[in-house]
Amino acid sequence: MIEMLQSVLGGWGVPESLVTLISILVKIVAILLPLMIAVAYYTYAERKVLGWMHVRLGPNRVGLFGHRLWGLGQPLADAVKLMFKEIVIPSGANKFIFIFAPILSMAPALAAWAVVPFDDTKVLADVDASLLYILAITSMGVYGIILAGWSSNSKYAFLGAMRSAAQIVSYEIAMGFALVGVLLAAGSINLGEIVRHQEGGFLHWYFVPLLPLFVVYFISGVAETNRSPFDVAEGESEIVAGFHVEYSGMTFAVFFLAEYANMILVAALASLMFLGGWLSPLEGWSFLKDTILAFLTAPSMIWLFGKMLVFMFLYLWFRATFPRYRYDQIMRLGWKVFIPITIVWLVVVSVAVVTRLSPWFDAA
Amino acid sequence: MTGRNDNVIGPVKRFFKSLLLWELLAGMRLTGRYLVGNKITVQYPEERAPMSPRFRGLHALRRYPNGEERCIACKLCEVVCPALAITIEAAPRADGSRRTTRYDIDLTKCIFCGFCEESCPVDSIVETRIYEYHGEQRSDLLMTKEKLLAVGDKYEQQIAADRAADAKYR
Repeated sequence: MIEMLQSVLGGWGVPESLVTLISILVKIVAILLPLMIAVAYYTYAERKVLGWMHVRLGPNRVGLFGHRLWGLGQPLADAVKLMFKEIVIPSGANKFIFIFAPILSMAPALAAWAVVPFDDTKVLADVDASLLYILAITSMGVYGIILAGWSSNSKYAFLGAMRSAAQIVSYEIAMGFALVGVLLAAGSINLGEIVRHQEGGFLHWYFVPLLPLFVVYFISGVAETNRSPFDVAEGESEIVAGFHVEYSGMTFAVFFLAEYANMILVAALASLMFLGGWLSPLEGWSFLKDTILAFLTAPSMIWLFGKMLVFMFLYLWFRATFPRYRYDQIMRLGWKVFIPITIVWLVVVSVAVVTRLSPWFDAA
Repeated sequence: MTGRNDNVIGPVKRFFKSLLLWELLAGMRLTGRYLVGNKITVQYPEERAPMSPRFRGLHALRRYPNGEERCIACKLCEVVCPALAITIEAAPRADGSRRTTRYDIDLTKCIFCGFCEESCPVDSIVETRIYEYHGEQRSDLLMTKEKLLAVGDKYEQQIAADRAADAKYR
């Protein structure tokens, strides 16, 4: 499709550089538009799933086109409501930073998607060090939260911001170590390469040899995105809403867009690095080859989305199940449990890689 | 069974249990069961929860079957009302009987305790099952004698049936 667009534009005599620019912009829209829709409906799914786990029904009134449709119109109604609400700026707030903070937390959440491969070929920017880029850009998100808490000029917001800062910094380490395990195993820090190294059915995926790192990564991801049970930065019951107490209307909504975009991102990264991304779990099942089920063995974007959905559901499941960690417990878990586990397992992985343990590391 | 064995096995067991996230998975299993279980939500305007005949909703003043109002202005309800929501003024009527000239219940004060109904010697003031009423201004929530009698006239059948159903427990 992009090639078609390029040839059409080229035919019109549009200069080469402009054609490149336009095709990149088209690709960005093609990634971000579905992402925004996914975020909107993720909030809906969250309310539904939480409702079901509370033995409730969840939102089911706001429909579309005069039909109820299980409340599918709810995210649209929420969006319209938030857009028309007033943005209240506290009199003691630093106005510029106050407005800038949600943008600063939103931008990295979206920018990280630039290097996420959806398919063997479908990736916006196939940079060599994409894993490094992801690590660098996602740690930027915490600045949005810190600045939001500071610029609000409110005790609660400030407390939330400080908690969030300490938490994210501690879990970044465990997360980073978990990713070091992945790059040791794959011998590459390109996400596409990491997925290609996992070819050969679901037992070849890295979640098998890297199981502890996989668990640590996903739990750290939950902590990184400030989600329950690690949502002390929000802490509704203690510090009202943490860093975004003073926010309203669209500035408030942008924080949530960023949070949900980040959750989807963590789900995507976990699927890419540990569950073989777009690879099929049935790869190599030769007896399916001549049946109509042959398409199941082919790698496809659908597999990636399916795996992401599993993680996205886990996020909601966690939130419905676990009570919030106390602040010191979060610190203990991060520093005294996760980091030792990852370090020990890094040694194990290194040994496995050096001895070319089959079937995961014989090619590396 | 608290021997030396337990001192070793207990902590080791606990260590592996917490390392393998055993309790967390057990919790998730529980919420997972609720996810697929039956939901108990009553979808209000279409469905309604069952209601007791003793339900204490909007007030009403009743009449005897011959059309005579029951209230004899004894003012027991006014005295017993803990929220001081009832105001009664009384005077002899042309036929010599004692009747109220004013009977107001301020719904913004009323706490729906049902004492007025309990204290009434002639079952005149009652609380009905009506709970979906509203006012667009405060004065709409001041129930005057006329309004109370109108509610009583309209719902007399249900009010009488509820009193009859509850009579043997009084």
